[in-house]
Amino acid sequence: MDTRILTTDGLQALVDALHARGFEVMGPVVRDGAIAFGRVRALTDLPAGWGDEQEPGRYRLHRRDDPLLFAFAAGVQSAKPLFFPAQEVLWRVRAGDGEASPTVELTPVAVTAGEAPVAVLGVRSCDLAAIGIQDTVLLRRTYGDAAYALRREGTFVVAVTCSHPADTCFCVSMGTGPRPGAGPGPAAPYDLAMTEVSDELGHRFVVEVGSDRGADLLAELVARGVDAAEARPADRVAADRVVAEATARMGRRLDTDGLKELLYAAAESPVWDEVASRCLACGNCTQVCPTCFCTDVRDVTDLTGGLVERERVWDSCFDAEYSYIHGGSVRASTRSRYRQWLTHKLAAWEDQFGMSGCVGCGRCITWCPAAIDLTAEVAALRDEGGRA
Amino acid sequence: MVPRRFRVASTRRDNHDTLTVQLEPCEGGPLAFAAGQFTMLQVFGVGEVPISISGDPRGSGPLQHTIRDVGSVSHALAFAAPGQVLGVRGPYGTGWEVADGKGGDVVLVAGGIGLAPLRPALLEICAERDDYERVSLLYGARTPSDVLFADDLRSWAEDHRITVEVIVDRGEAGWTGRIGLVTQLIGKVAFGADQRLALVCGPEVMMRHSAVALVARGVEPQRVRLSMERNMKCGVGLCGHCQLRELFLCLDGPVLPFDRLEPLMSRAEL
Repeated sequence: MDTRILTTDGLQALVDALHARGFEVMGPVVRDGAIAFGRVRALTDLPAGWGDEQEPGRYRLHRRDDPLLFAFAAGVQSAKPLFFPAQEVLWRVRAGDGEASPTVELTPVAVTAGEAPVAVLGVRSCDLAAIGIQDTVLLRRTYGDAAYALRREGTFVVAVTCSHPADTCFCVSMGTGPRPGAGPGPAAPYDLAMTEVSDELGHRFVVEVGSDRGADLLAELVARGVDAAEARPADRVAADRVVAEATARMGRRLDTDGLKELLYAAAESPVWDEVASRCLACGNCTQVCPTCFCTDVRDVTDLTGGLVERERVWDSCFDAEYSYIHGGSVRASTRSRYRQWLTHKLAAWEDQFGMSGCVGCGRCITWCPAAIDLTAEVAALRDEGGRA
Repeated sequence: MVPRRFRVASTRRDNHDTLTVQLEPCEGGPLAFAAGQFTMLQVFGVGEVPISISGDPRGSGPLQHTIRDVGSVSHALAFAAPGQVLGVRGPYGTGWEVADGKGGDVVLVAGGIGLAPLRPALLEICAERDDYERVSLLYGARTPSDVLFADDLRSWAEDHRITVEVIVDRGEAGWTGRIGLVTQLIGKVAFGADQRLALVCGPEVMMRHSAVALVARGVEPQRVRLSMERNMKCGVGLCGHCQLRELFLCLDGPVLPFDRLEPLMSRAEL
């Protein structure tokens, strides 16, 4: 199937077709003053006419004077929680007669019971790359994550070109955008990728096919008489212009040259002390990061102790308990925790998984209450390394 | 992530705060493991902790873990009643690969409870004792009452030609042995010229000093193996807690050669 042009009516038909195929369609919606993933039935659920302003420690929505549906940057969360929820039950134990009973029954929890497969609409390029990283971290391992595998299996992904990057964005530096699947960065496969265009030829979506399932869905729309014309040269030029303009508007950059060696060599740098004087160790950065994967487990019992549930919850390397072993925390200082987070994300990740752990979405900058900017911290380490 | 059920067969007290729990599977065969590997061991409703296996990797007897009663989970494990069902995941991690020491001299250095993860390696050596040259165990304990596996120590020395040297931090009435740090013994140990292998397990600071002393004695850093401890929640490299820079100690370790660990161990709070 060639690249096609969908109108807003055509996009609605696409959403309807996904529902008809049994998918729960999740896309960007306005919630609590921010853009987050939510259920999408009609295009009116999408943030039409909303834009965002992001800078270190600040996020605001504002009204736009156009009807664009995807004219904003990274929302408060990536698609990560759709496949990797912040809290889930792994298994439960029922003891016949208290914990000492030999009649302990262990039940693995079927994570997807009652959950429809998810179609994610409007996954921007940085978050698409993040799904690719999560797939590597959680699936392509000695022991994969069974719950994640079940949720990811059968997912339908409709990616979107990021047309309005924020002041905090640096996907171009990380090779992950603004076009889905662009550059050398790791990206998950998408089924369809669209670029939202609005010019003298009208408001429309240039839709590229990334999989057989994507082609099949588009073909179904065409067969049903939905307006899905083949893209003209002018449409391709318009889509390329969106990419070029977004690239030019990228708010930040991160020099990735020799980053692993730089960070490994900077383990005792005074820059960590300086950033620790501002860092609250609150863990916000890890909670909004689309690739952070650390989890804790806790056993929750009912009052009799006869029912025990093993819950897995997101954890953060900024928490004192995170590195606790008998005798105390390995990383007692904020300095060592910030160093761990940044060094893992930008350096150790390369050794572990053959790629950077950062996609340049800028969420950790936006949602840091102390306005700490990792691109500035890396620049400081680089300056200091240059002086040494 | 779902554990197998094991039943407590019996528990043996090793000293004032350490017990060895013997487990039998509720269903299925015994757990095959390599010396140096650990399991995630849990008391349902209390919690789960990583514990090294201290039994014989060649035996078909009960699964053994030697547990020091220092926290809520280890207490519940150490004092689990016979018949109680516990959860076992694993075995996980890298082993000592002690067979690499065949044809040469092997030195084992243990500090405190660190003797427990080394016990399977010692039992493996004893089973094929003639394949090794000189074997020495240097064992440091806090006090004479803290010494573990007294019967084993005697048997290894008398029946298996292993040089066993015990040293304590503080003596007690009746103690006629050495007082000091286990690292002091490394300078005196008998070594051949090549094919040497050293296995070290204990508190991190003790392992670092021991490894440096062993390298100073001429053991190649890649032939000095340490068993590292970090917080572990999953045991399979997914939860992130046990990271030491690029290493997931539950998967890449716990047993790692000193040449890989040295640059990482020399940094505080890494």
